[in-house]
Amino acid sequence: MKRYLPFVIVTLVALLSITGGAVLYHAKRLPEPSAPKQVSLREGTEGGHIRGPADAPVTLEEFGDYECPPCGSLAAPLNQLEHDYRPRLRMTFRNFPLNNHPHARDAACAAEAAGLQGRFWEMHDLLYKEQSTWSRAADARVLFSAYAGTLGLDLARFERDRDSDKVKGRIADDEKRASALGVKTTPSIFINDQPIPSAALHPSALRATVDAAIKPAVTP
Amino acid sequence: MNSRRSASAATAANTFSPRGSVILYAVAAVIALIGLADAIYLSVQALTGETLVCGGSPDCFRVLGSSYARLGGIPIALFGALAYFTVFSFATFAAFGYNRARNLFSLTVGLMFAVTLWLLAVQALILHAFCRFCLLSAAVTFLLAGLVVARPRPS
Repeated sequence: MKRYLPFVIVTLVALLSITGGAVLYHAKRLPEPSAPKQVSLREGTEGGHIRGPADAPVTLEEFGDYECPPCGSLAAPLNQLEHDYRPRLRMTFRNFPLNNHPHARDAACAAEAAGLQGRFWEMHDLLYKEQSTWSRAADARVLFSAYAGTLGLDLARFERDRDSDKVKGRIADDEKRASALGVKTTPSIFINDQPIPSAALHPSALRATVDAAIKPAVTP
Repeated sequence: MNSRRSASAATAANTFSPRGSVILYAVAAVIALIGLADAIYLSVQALTGETLVCGGSPDCFRVLGSSYARLGGIPIALFGALAYFTVFSFATFAAFGYNRARNLFSLTVGLMFAVTLWLLAVQALILHAFCRFCLLSAAVTFLLAGLVVARPRPS
């Protein structure tokens, strides 16, 4: 029996590794966001921040978290997409700060507070650009104030606004909408009401999807 | 195979302290299992696109999301898992007296040590970020390399 023992041990470990890996893969596979039929993506769009013309044939709606690195790496390509497809594409950004990111909610409040002074997208872009700096900071709020100063905002108003019920209410509205759409993670993107699978959340795949959505939309 | 094993075991008995060798290779097998678990976790994370969600620190994302984390489109962690399983197998056979497995064990650990040094250099000098799961894997490989250096020598 002893001569077979190493073979038995190695085979057992191989089987356990494959089974364990498969179980873990199954457990970790991301649920794709679903868009229940009764929820129209047009409902409540006024709550989000929109870039692009209201009558654009294609709408890209993003649920993002400013502290989420993949959201950060998608920010610039999404801006480029909006620029390249203007005026046929409009982008909507909605807050979905994840609980495991300690500064994400403060960042969302900062962006919304900047939005109250008409500088939402500038703060949005700056937060993503500086993500690696403030996400490591012990007190990110100090940095957010510095960014507000850089953008030329009224600092006193910014600091008052970011703690206001109005700002918190806007974020809560976005979260309510995310919940209704089945969004569980970030970034989650919908193009013309269709959820984009997580595997396609990279610049080239998004461009191809927008391309495909635009073609039938502009065909008479 | 049996006769080869017996011959190897007999040779081992003549040249090594058998009890010391068994303990050393058994410890190596257990350490390799830790590396295997870590590499499987990283492989699954890469295959599920876990780096797309925000489960890890920004540093982990920078490392695991970089082009250095894949080789020909395959997550490098998958090669790591295969390497740790190979090391585990050789260590197990070596613990049971297979002399050839001892040499293959040393050779594989040597190769892994070299790859680990390269990956650490990539993290430190190119990416300027360290992934803690990769550091755990590096620690496991260093431990295994330490065992290779410390293994009993022919008298």
